[in-house]
Amino acid sequence: MEWFTITIDGREVSVPKGTTVLEACRMNNIPIPTLCHDPELTPSGACRLCVVQIEGMRNLPPSCVTQVAQGMKIETQNPKVRAARKTILELLVANHPLDCMTCEKMGNCSLAEYAYEYGVKGDVFAGEKRDLPVDDANPFIIRDPNKCILCGKCIKACTEIQGKSRLDFSFRGFNTQVGPAYNIPLNESDCDFCGSCVSVCPVGALTEKQMAGKGRPWEVTKVQTTCPFCGVGCNFDLNVKDGKVIGVTSNPQAPVNGKALCVKGRFGMDMIYSSRRITTPLIRKDGVLVPAEWDEALDLVASKFREIKDAYGANALASLSSAHCTNEENYLMQKFMRAVIGTNNVDHCART
Amino acid sequence: MAENQKILVCAGTGCASSGALPIIDILKEEIKRQGLEETVTIVGTGCQGFCEKGPTIVIEPQHVLYTRVQGEDIAEIVASDVMKGERVERLLLLDTETQKPVTKMSDIRFFAKQHRIVLKNCGVIDPQRIQDYTARDGYKALEKVLKEMKPNEVIEEVKKSGLRGRGGAGFPTGLKWSFCQQTPSDKKYIICNADEGDPGAFMDRSVLEGDPHSVIEGMLIGAFAMGVDEGYVYCRAEYPLAIKHLSIAIKQAEEAGFLGDNILNSGFNFRLKVFAGAGAFVCGEETALMASIEGKRGMPRVRPPFPAVSGLWGKPTNINNVETWSNIPHIIRHGAEWYAQFGTEKSKGTKIFALTGKVNNTGLVEVPMGTTLREIIFDIGGGIQNGKAFKAVQIGGPSGGCLPENMLDLSVDYETLTNAGAMVGSGGLVIMDETTCMVDIARFFVNFSQKESCGKCTPCREGNKRMYDILDKITKGEGKIEDLDTLENLALTIKETSLCGLGQNAPNPVLATLKYFRHEFEAHILEHKCPAHVCSALLSYAIDADKCKKCGLCAKNCPANCIKGDKNTPYVINQDECIKCGTCLDKCKFGAVTRS
Ligand SMILES: Cc1cc2nc3c(=O)[nH]c(=O)nc-3n(C[C@H](O)[C@H](O)[C@H](O)COP(=O)(O)O)c2cc1C
Ligand code: SF4
Ligand code: SF4
Ligand code: SF4
Ligand code: SF4
Ligand code: SF4
Repeated sequence: MEWFTITIDGREVSVPKGTTVLEACRMNNIPIPTLCHDPELTPSGACRLCVVQIEGMRNLPPSCVTQVAQGMKIETQNPKVRAARKTILELLVANHPLDCMTCEKMGNCSLAEYAYEYGVKGDVFAGEKRDLPVDDANPFIIRDPNKCILCGKCIKACTEIQGKSRLDFSFRGFNTQVGPAYNIPLNESDCDFCGSCVSVCPVGALTEKQMAGKGRPWEVTKVQTTCPFCGVGCNFDLNVKDGKVIGVTSNPQAPVNGKALCVKGRFGMDMIYSSRRITTPLIRKDGVLVPAEWDEALDLVASKFREIKDAYGANALASLSSAHCTNEENYLMQKFMRAVIGTNNVDHCART
Repeated sequence: MAENQKILVCAGTGCASSGALPIIDILKEEIKRQGLEETVTIVGTGCQGFCEKGPTIVIEPQHVLYTRVQGEDIAEIVASDVMKGERVERLLLLDTETQKPVTKMSDIRFFAKQHRIVLKNCGVIDPQRIQDYTARDGYKALEKVLKEMKPNEVIEEVKKSGLRGRGGAGFPTGLKWSFCQQTPSDKKYIICNADEGDPGAFMDRSVLEGDPHSVIEGMLIGAFAMGVDEGYVYCRAEYPLAIKHLSIAIKQAEEAGFLGDNILNSGFNFRLKVFAGAGAFVCGEETALMASIEGKRGMPRVRPPFPAVSGLWGKPTNINNVETWSNIPHIIRHGAEWYAQFGTEKSKGTKIFALTGKVNNTGLVEVPMGTTLREIIFDIGGGIQNGKAFKAVQIGGPSGGCLPENMLDLSVDYETLTNAGAMVGSGGLVIMDETTCMVDIARFFVNFSQKESCGKCTPCREGNKRMYDILDKITKGEGKIEDLDTLENLALTIKETSLCGLGQNAPNPVLATLKYFRHEFEAHILEHKCPAHVCSALLSYAIDADKCKKCGLCAKNCPANCIKGDKNTPYVINQDECIKCGTCLDKCKFGAVTRS
């Protein structure tokens, strides 16, 4: 691999050819603010917050889409760069509701984070702000276009991760919006409610409805787990507050799925507290399902298995197990059928 | 009576809208009535360039131009000029200096200083007949290229000519072609950019309307040079006549064997399609244009990759402007040296400008690069309307800048204008006189840009809106002097951080007016005065009681009905209700109404 030696803020570093300036900075722990960048998505160079100054290049190029070249001299924090970033943030904040106090994103909001870092209050360009209806007609996602900074990440997530292309820009200039075609509510569009868009939104424009009002990021413990719904093995973080799971957020480090999840994994975890969950074994007695102790239930199943095996042979039994179970549970199931019952009649709901 | 005369009636969009089409019919009738069908041909041409004086007709070979011709003038023109060779003086143009009627078209100052290469056929041939084009050496350059030249030689010739892109940025055309030629690919495209979104620009429309084959021929030559077999002309749907003429021309060229497979038995294939764009300004930007052809939202994307590497549908693509393509056949036919004799050291050839605004002769003018603004505005344009004083010229549309009187001797070429804070751009020249308020003009152009911003990047989308807000505040007299610094800083940030040319150039009108007309901004802010008397919030109308003759004409015409008085009491304006339209000032015959 070819390596380039470049200078970032006076520091000489080596990075592989094909690296972007942003990647080069991050590899070397040099912070660059970004709003529209996401390593899982193709870069768009839209928010312009990541601009830097590069010797010999005109204007202030965005680091996320500028590739390094041998001998490049980059400045990431000089007054000109910082002033430009500050102006860009001033512009975004000037057109923003700033109801951080009740905003779901508070504590986890990139805009608020950078506004704090750059001392931006939004008063320099104070004036007209958008006033668009909030879309919360569906059970999963609250879409507040007034908080949208039009970074375009949700559009790319929907297209590149979920393959649905439900979202895009509409209108021009100050009236530009991001949303489903014809601005219809999400639940009337062909949205899968996978929530990939929510997972990449840097601000409070797309948030999980179930978590609204349930807890602040700093009150929440994140517990990484594997989704129990199917056999893919997606990982995510359970958001736990006071011992209770209040929702699910993507864990970007998830080895199988990255930030992507499906509607069940992301929004189906309320089943944990469902009153309709079966919590004890049930035995049908006189046509009615009656709660039973585990010993009674297991004894009954064992005796029935034996009866069938004795009367008709082991191949009269078969097992069908579920993608809801873990790998280990499924392993035990087939082992039990083969070694204990003595049949190869094993099947699984995820077999196609 | 001259044998074999031709009457060229301008049927371009400009003259068509001032009534040229019925004139063609009336003329045909009259020629028939006089039994002259054998000797007199009537040609509906593309734009003759003199839109302001339309409808215009030219009689050849006498070479006489008649302007503002109406239906009722036709009988006289035919009876005197066509039949007897006697000029109809009242329809001739007056020389701007001598005020005498000019009989020969080439003596008219508007035409005398022009040098028409691209517009050579415009207004002369019938654009709907390929024979008219071939009769004037049309498709000879294509033949030369296919029979005598190798692709590399064509590219070298274009490089040597010094031709630079006429779409705005002025990139060397030959060099651009060589990039596309050198990218290996099983499929490549070329595109003609006919989006022409600058308010006030109409040269591309006129070329497509008046000489569509020249564009097709240019594209054919480019396709051959770059190894391309498919092309698009992206033309805004608001140009129905251009699309119509182009489509006819494509069909005729196909029938004549200039387009399609095995062109002129050379083995070279090329197909050309017309794509009607929906008319967003940003769709003139090359990457947005290609997204639009692909059926996506017209939004620019980051370059690199440049179109020459990855363009339409990810394939190497070369895109040039209408005027750029149209120059190509001339360069090939007459040679690079011939072409390079026109223009300046770095800007070769001619450029078409759309001269509009407060100038006497509005229209299309083609001049060698390096001509001064003064020559264009005063010699060709005939100076400022109604004897008013010149104030500024806006060059390059919403991406350009306003230049003041003391810069009129600048040479019109890419570098000079850019250094002055304006740009050649697409070639729009809007002339402003003393009654134009420069703050208002800056606001107008920024408003255009902020509305047309595609919304992708923050500085352009949000920044242009806030520039507009600040300018709007100033025109209302609510500005503060600190606003000028905020405005300037914001303008510079937008310029330096925007993604595409729209955002990068949108602040130019603001920066240029701040530089050259700062005093007007200050007058609005510090004195609450609009020196040009345009910004209505800063004006007030009053009636001088001593001068008022109590005729009541002002009151009768006031749309707000806010002037009260009668035969015995002088009229008075109710300032709270006055909408500052200025009607009373225009109507009062005694000069009793004052504006301040
Ligand atoms: C906002 C914007 C609008 C543009 N509009 C046009 C246009 O209407 N026509 C055009 O030829 N080029 C336009 N351009 C320039 C094109 O992107 C491109 O550079 C040009 O078509 C290349 O052709 P040329 O090399 O022959 O000039 C525009 C650029 C920008 C940034
Ligand atoms: S999105 Fe961020 S900046 Fe906006 S209101 Fe919420 S926390 Fe505040
Ligand atoms: S939830 Fe999934 S399918 Fe629906 S808009 Fe978001 S990313 Fe697209
Ligand atoms: S909704 Fe969120 S992710 Fe989508 S464009 Fe707006 S800010 Fe970006
Ligand atoms: S500069 Fe303006 S038009 Fe160009 S990409 Fe950015 S927002 Fe769109
Ligand atoms: S400026 Fe117009 S509205 Fe005002 S008084 Fe005169 S005519 Fe009436």
